[in-house]
Amino acid sequence: MGLLSKKDAALIKDPLFDNNPITIQVLGICSALAITAELKASIVMGLSVLFVLGMGNVVISLMRNIIPSKIRIIVQLVVVAALVIIVDQVLKAFAYELSKTLSVFVGLIITNCIIMGRFEAFALGNGPWKAFLDGIGNAGGYAIILVIIGFFRELLGSGTLLGFQVLGDPIAKTGVYALGYENNGFMLLSPMALIVVGLIIWVQRARNPKLQESH
Amino acid sequence: MEHLELFFKSIFIDNMVFATFLGMCSYLAVSKKVSTAVGLGAAVIFVMAVTVPMNWLLDQYLLRDGALAWLGPEYADYNLGFLSFILFIATIATMVQLVEIIVEKFAPALYNSLGIFLPLIAVNCAILGGSLFMQSREIPSLALAFNYGISSGIGWFLAILAIAAIREKIRYSNVPPALRGLGITFILTGLMAIGFMSFGGMLTGDNPVPEAPVEETATVVEDKKEELKEEKRADVISYNDLNK
Repeated sequence: MGLLSKKDAALIKDPLFDNNPITIQVLGICSALAITAELKASIVMGLSVLFVLGMGNVVISLMRNIIPSKIRIIVQLVVVAALVIIVDQVLKAFAYELSKTLSVFVGLIITNCIIMGRFEAFALGNGPWKAFLDGIGNAGGYAIILVIIGFFRELLGSGTLLGFQVLGDPIAKTGVYALGYENNGFMLLSPMALIVVGLIIWVQRARNPKLQESH
Repeated sequence: MEHLELFFKSIFIDNMVFATFLGMCSYLAVSKKVSTAVGLGAAVIFVMAVTVPMNWLLDQYLLRDGALAWLGPEYADYNLGFLSFILFIATIATMVQLVEIIVEKFAPALYNSLGIFLPLIAVNCAILGGSLFMQSREIPSLALAFNYGISSGIGWFLAILAIAAIREKIRYSNVPPALRGLGITFILTGLMAIGFMSFGGMLTGDNPVPEAPVEETATVVEDKKEELKEEKRADVISYNDLNK
């Protein structure tokens, strides 16, 4: 990492795994899980949050000395809402089908707790460059979990990845379907997203006992 | 009938937590004890009952395509829909502040029990989600919007109450160490959500579809609705014929 000092690199790397916003900090689950039935939607959602959190952290960090602390929540909400409107309009213009799938969940990025949490915990106390790295790191950690969930749900639920049939054709019985494999339609339903997250947490904490809770 | 249907539908079938994952952050963070869960749940019901109708009015008379027609014919072409996120969240944030001030003034006892939770609610996704779903599902009247706000709030309340009770009990169970805390809570929520999915058959009423697989329930409900609409239409037509 020639570009970044060691401290700056840690800002990006920590939230990706050991301090992941979803599995460790328990932030931003709200708008995430409902749209992970398809890998494509998960990736777009991850990128949208990456944009909003990266930009938002910079804006808030630039304004941190002029925001009166009493009304900071409203100021933060307005900044996020403005950025989310940009994302929403871009999606509607260039990926209309996808923006239909995501429906209100794009709007719900506004109340995604990761964003408010990082504004409060980091951007209000640090310079713009650091805040930007922190935003990218946290949104990256969020996106990674989303992509993992989306990958398993789409693969097991409909036998496709990004819309391509990777396991063969379920109607013509080719590929693994010739062996009697069936798609598990249950994976496409919302409760399975929660269970997949539970399993991800299980794997992560089993590998790293430091993260385990007593209760 | 319409009201009753929407009421049960938003509590059980479209439950905020189990069907759409809204308000998960506070759902996971504040569900360690039943008493605090009840406090937050009550605050959510209250705020949703206020903000959803407010945002319905905003949507109806300011934001949707052609909503400004009441100002005069030259305004009929405006569509301010892209502003809805910012206006909805501003309404919610100010309403929460207002509610906090009013409750503090007139019901100090309630304020003391809800106090800490009220500011938290501004960033609870269930609240904004309620308003956005109200907009995208095109709820037709103010009374229905009020009904929708209250019943989604009650659904959220039930969910957090149930998980808090389970978490209080599960402390005595022998959960694998890596699953303790967050992991088991997620899996429990998933299992509860599967349970809540069985309510999906509720609105099919006397329509005998016991063998329908779970995924198809939603479409069955839609079909039934279509049928009902058509029956109504047929009724109206025959009624008109009689009048002639």
